[in-house]
Amino acid sequence: MEDIEGIIYILGDDINTDDIVPSYTLTMRDPNEMVKHVLEFIEPNFVQKFAKRSIIVGGHNFGTGSSREEAVNVFKILGIKAIIAKSFSRIYFRNLINNGIAAIKCNWDETTFSDGDQVQISIENGNIFNKSKDLNIPYKKLPQFLKEILESGGIINQLKLRLKSQ
Amino acid sequence: MNLTITEKILKEHSQVKNISPGDFLEADIDLIMVHEQLGGRIHKEYEKLGINYVWDPNKIFFILDHWVPAPTINAARMHQDCVKFAEKYKFVHNMGMNKGICHQVLPELGFSRPGMLIVGSDSHTTTYGAFNCLSTGIGATDVSVVFATGKLWFLVPETIKVNLIGRLNKGVMSKDFILTMIGEISTKGAIYKALEFHGKGSSWLSIDSRMTITNMVVEAGAKFGIFLPDEKLKLWLNYRTTQPYQFIEPDEKAEYEKELDYDLSKITPVVAKPSDPGNIATIEEVQDEEIDQAFLGSCTNGRMEDLRIAARILKGKKIPPKIRLIITPASQEIYLTAMKEGLIEIFMNAGAIFTHSTCGACIGGHLGVLGPGERCISSTNRNFIGRMGDPTAEIFLASPATVAASALKGKISDPREVL
Repeated sequence: MEDIEGIIYILGDDINTDDIVPSYTLTMRDPNEMVKHVLEFIEPNFVQKFAKRSIIVGGHNFGTGSSREEAVNVFKILGIKAIIAKSFSRIYFRNLINNGIAAIKCNWDETTFSDGDQVQISIENGNIFNKSKDLNIPYKKLPQFLKEILESGGIINQLKLRLKSQ
Repeated sequence: MNLTITEKILKEHSQVKNISPGDFLEADIDLIMVHEQLGGRIHKEYEKLGINYVWDPNKIFFILDHWVPAPTINAARMHQDCVKFAEKYKFVHNMGMNKGICHQVLPELGFSRPGMLIVGSDSHTTTYGAFNCLSTGIGATDVSVVFATGKLWFLVPETIKVNLIGRLNKGVMSKDFILTMIGEISTKGAIYKALEFHGKGSSWLSIDSRMTITNMVVEAGAKFGIFLPDEKLKLWLNYRTTQPYQFIEPDEKAEYEKELDYDLSKITPVVAKPSDPGNIATIEEVQDEEIDQAFLGSCTNGRMEDLRIAARILKGKKIPPKIRLIITPASQEIYLTAMKEGLIEIFMNAGAIFTHSTCGACIGGHLGVLGPGERCISSTNRNFIGRMGDPTAEIFLASPATVAASALKGKISDPREVL
């Protein structure tokens, strides 16, 4: 699988699904409309500030809360390729992988990442190279099974192939 | 073998020879619950697969509960998308929008039975663990995978054994226990773990009380919360289903990641302060905090036990006019029972607003949305920023008894003083 490269945006601990997509936006029919409200309560103007970045670095318990997959889909629409966090909530972790976004569990502190750093993630080797700091940050590799889902671009693509071959 | 309940049920559903925490496996799903998410992302994801069937229309439980009846045009259109999908794929168990909240209605109709593996498009699907089955929440793409194949990948979790001894004191509810536990282990304390509830203390808890606990295990990050079977469960099931089932007990030498011990007789009323379910304070620490609204309802605490204790507190009394007390039963069956028992009259005479069953105010959807700066004491499960309305509103989570006592006094109050 190809490496993932991009500029990081740092968020804190316990970013919950209601923070990412507030409940009142859930009945909006146009996902692009929903995107305008991402993190609006805790990180005003996130969408503008995020701009052309593609990787989020979060703290503990990232994505805690509801099973709403909109909370992953809005990030997909914003072009996010990977989320690095100290820990993930269970459903959110699955939703990321199932949608082809790398969920990378990795301990970090302010010496490891700063907002705006350019990083390169090797899913194959289980390593994050922080280009801005010239620093390698190894993490425990994703199991093969999950890597395959990511490589297919998500579980729906994988299932489509499986159904076709049956 | 020396297996926990979780390991036994996952093994049974995946035909693996051996099982241990950390294994990935593909398991057969017995039942999948879907609500309005069907008209959100699920139907869009499913159509991408290009197939014109679902694996088993008899194993899908479909209900509308979050925004019923529709408070907005967008919600109405979402319902239309749901109904269209359910009809197209010939869902057998189409509950419509007049039954109540998924996590109450599904057990009431006998769909959650010991030994089953159930998934649902809602994080509080863990509730059914009170019935000695494995159940957990999943997202829209996972729902699509189950619809197409009847199978889903699982990581076998480690199990934490929770030993409960003692009985809850008067005015203390299982909500106080689960909030206390989340406060102690934190909202990340059980990520990807199964919690298995043991001990004499568990058997003393009513089925309603157990459901509140399994409902909220997800607030500690848990994948499953499961109670051991007993006579109380058997009685409930005899009344609710004619389907066969088999109780699942853990092996005597089952291996647990760790054990937690709680004496329920030592639990006292607590409140989760804004804006994290693990931000726990004793009732003494928050007593007299001003509130604008008190909400009693949701899949966490909208059951008969909850309404009865609130009625005992409110009978013959009046709440201050500046306080809104909104009571929303967890199902229409509960609504009817409350009506027959005369509880609705007690609530209305006390000045409460009694609504039909829906998720409603819990998700800031309708029937009790909070305005800027308002403060609410609520029997629900999450007090995240903006959860019940405006982001500057503050939510305090508590037991139904504490909610009723607080409504009565017009400020956060100890239910033990009014019972």
